[in-house]
Amino acid sequence: MSHAAHTAAAPHAATAPPRPAALLVEFDSPGALLTAAEQVRDAGFRRWDTHSPFPVHGIDQAMGIRRTRLPWIVFVAGVVGCTAGLALQWLTNATSAADAPPGLWTIFQGYNYVISEKPALSLPAFIPVIFELTILFSALATVIGMLAMNNLPRHAHPLLAHPRFRRVTSDRFFLVIDADDPQFDPARTRDFLGQLPAAVAVETVPEDRSPTALPRGVVIAILILVALALLPPLLVARARLSKSTEPRIQIIQDMDNQERFKAQQAGPFADRRASRPTIAGTVARGDLAGDAHLLTGRVGDDWAAAFPPTLEIDLRLLHRGRERFGVYCAPCHGYGGAGDGIVAQRALRLNTEGWVQPTSMLDATVRDRPVGHIFNTITNGIRSMPPYGDQIRPEDRWAIVAYIRALQRSQNARLDDVPPEVRADLR
Amino acid sequence: MAAHPVEVDNTWERPGERAPLVTGGHTFASLTDTVCAVWEAPRPPRAWYVAFAISVALLAVFGAMIGYLIFNGVGVWGLNNPTGWGFDITNFVFWVGIGHAGTLISAILFLFRQKWRTSINRFAEAMTIFAVMCAGVFPGIHVGRVWLAYWLAPYPNQMAMWPQFKSPLLWDVFAVSTYATVSLLFWYVGMIPDLATFRDRAPTKFKRIIYGLLALGWTGSSRHWHRFERAYLILAALATPLVLSVHSVVSFDFAVSQLPGWHTTIFPPYFVAGAIFGGFAMVVTLAVPARALFGLKNIITLRHLENMCKIILLTGMIVGYAYGMEFFIAWYSGNPFESFIFRSRALGPYSWAYWTMIACNVLAPQLFWFKRIRTHQLAMFLVVMAVNVGMWFERFVIIVSSLSQDFLPSSWDYYRPTAVEILTLAGSFGLFFTLFLLFCRFLPMVAMAEVKTVMPHADPHAHPHAHVPATRRFDYNPDEFDQEQPA
Repeated sequence: MSHAAHTAAAPHAATAPPRPAALLVEFDSPGALLTAAEQVRDAGFRRWDTHSPFPVHGIDQAMGIRRTRLPWIVFVAGVVGCTAGLALQWLTNATSAADAPPGLWTIFQGYNYVISEKPALSLPAFIPVIFELTILFSALATVIGMLAMNNLPRHAHPLLAHPRFRRVTSDRFFLVIDADDPQFDPARTRDFLGQLPAAVAVETVPEDRSPTALPRGVVIAILILVALALLPPLLVARARLSKSTEPRIQIIQDMDNQERFKAQQAGPFADRRASRPTIAGTVARGDLAGDAHLLTGRVGDDWAAAFPPTLEIDLRLLHRGRERFGVYCAPCHGYGGAGDGIVAQRALRLNTEGWVQPTSMLDATVRDRPVGHIFNTITNGIRSMPPYGDQIRPEDRWAIVAYIRALQRSQNARLDDVPPEVRADLR
Repeated sequence: MAAHPVEVDNTWERPGERAPLVTGGHTFASLTDTVCAVWEAPRPPRAWYVAFAISVALLAVFGAMIGYLIFNGVGVWGLNNPTGWGFDITNFVFWVGIGHAGTLISAILFLFRQKWRTSINRFAEAMTIFAVMCAGVFPGIHVGRVWLAYWLAPYPNQMAMWPQFKSPLLWDVFAVSTYATVSLLFWYVGMIPDLATFRDRAPTKFKRIIYGLLALGWTGSSRHWHRFERAYLILAALATPLVLSVHSVVSFDFAVSQLPGWHTTIFPPYFVAGAIFGGFAMVVTLAVPARALFGLKNIITLRHLENMCKIILLTGMIVGYAYGMEFFIAWYSGNPFESFIFRSRALGPYSWAYWTMIACNVLAPQLFWFKRIRTHQLAMFLVVMAVNVGMWFERFVIIVSSLSQDFLPSSWDYYRPTAVEILTLAGSFGLFFTLFLLFCRFLPMVAMAEVKTVMPHADPHAHPHAHVPATRRFDYNPDEFDQEQPA
């Protein structure tokens, strides 16, 4: 109803006697209410109700109230909750981005954890959440269903405006016949109700004349609240659509944002440089100038063809080289240096994508390389082989090179290499 | 209505008769008046102010400690390797357990038609909700980066990450949040008719609007009552398996792991029994002072207290059996790690906590074999206080003693809580009691509509002072004998 229509009708209504919305009978005991309800039911009234401070035993039969269908609503909600619990866990834990069709939004892609060798769709582990969601959906449906079937909330009700009716929530019992009832007649129904045994009083319930429009203040308050509630999502939407060169706002200092100066920025030092020059008397990592032959394997611009003169090539060095080779090189290159280490064998067996077979050190290409070149390969790595310069001392790297030379010679030996006195044993 | 109701002993048992559940000759009107008096009084009793001041002070401590924790990180607690759970999870399990008695009273006793529940169910349910709120705080703040606690929920995100649904910790999130939601619904739905009573008695327009909004326009229509009762029954039937599942899931946090002392199948029933045990102790702790303070001695009668003492005795023995069975299995399984940890519980570094637990949980409730203790309020109060302490120590013993001595002896350590942890525990009681005191003052503390149904006048076929034929002696008409009983 519009506000204007309501005010226009008001002067007329003030002069006319109020139309009854209902007739109300008061009782002071549940027994009297029960007897009255049976009589009203038998008199054939259709639109009537009883009101009591607590559920009166037997009133459902006395009034002819049919059993509610609420349990069926709850059952359906429970089935939905059960399905939702299963679907949620299936989608999020039993599918993976790899299975997802191309172009599927990230938010619909699952994340497949491997937990204790359980299958991805692990029903026993999913039971607790399925159970809880079944209960949650059922309970919500129970309450919402009960309120909806009862037409609640309903704050403007003609009965609630009647002063006598206030005791319905304390100690009084009421029977109410609606004016809409087909049998309703203001005078005759009133007489009928007055004759009910133990009736304390019969009264007319006037129509509810309270304005249906919301008070202006409430409307304004709601509008303001809605407008304020829209602000955060609008700000978020704006931030999503706009680009900014400013750094992102860090409300909480997580570890992804650490305060530091970047290169070329002004720093807090006297010379205002954030990048600090080398301190006098120190050497930066990797800048140590020294014996280039020993440390880099180079002589001038070329690879060194010989071992550094500072190293003594003896059996002790070869033993050291074999030991280091076994630790660092053999896993991939194999103990014989043929490129058949245990890692290489497994990678071949698994057919690992992107795997580069380790070079056999026994091949002519490596045999022909100067020792400095091999030294450099160990130091800096090559292809997918990582650098070992940080892990193996230069002397040990040379020892490994010496051992590699021994391996190469042993695998490509000629008869001349065997000492003359044991050559006869070979046959 | 009696302002200072007289204590009536209704704990007697006579063959063929039922003791009354509401004493003092109440009518419907006087019962409404008595319950509403707490709310209608211009000022609550002075004791309420004192208790409220202490509770709010503790609540402030709680807030300060949580703020300090968030600002500085979990390092302000005494947790470290190997004891990664200490007071935080102990408090969580303690508070969740407290809540379970409320649901037991409101749902399980309802299904078993234990009508004495009607006087205590409302505030026991309130206790449930406030306890679950206290419980929910602890997992939330112990995650380290509290501002990311929403990662617990499954929500679509750009990281394409989802929670790990095979983890008991995730089950916990669902179980506890479902439990909180359903308990709140149950509490609120049951309260609608009583909120309507407050609406109809509201002295000011403001109160009439507020309680009117909360009462949703309830008119006590029989057609509404029919669906209301059905809904209440369904909620009870849903809450019953729910409450059993919640503490089972909480126990899975431990039982699913591999740690000796945790990895046992007895945990779910043992935890549920313990929760009911500790929860009933808290109900009695609240009921004894509240009924005296708010003049409810005729509604929450001595018989209610005695019944609760009996349940505490029963569940206390179940818990004691579980303690014994754990030791038996530790020996019977032949598992050296298991038997080590149980020997260590009784004789090791935390034996002081273990024997506190045994004294409070197993020995103290045995006093309830004596009716004199079950009906003596101070004695009863002392026993249930012991149980409250004991149940906290039970969780402490389980969590800390197992964690501090794991498989690797070189990493063993003795966990000591810091002052921050102790004050946070104390502060959680501030939150609980602040909410409870506000509830007592501003909401209907007793389910008036439900209590009226167990009064004799509620039977539509009852005639005042009628002779009850022998064939109907076992019918439930509690007050029929109220006035006639010899003292």
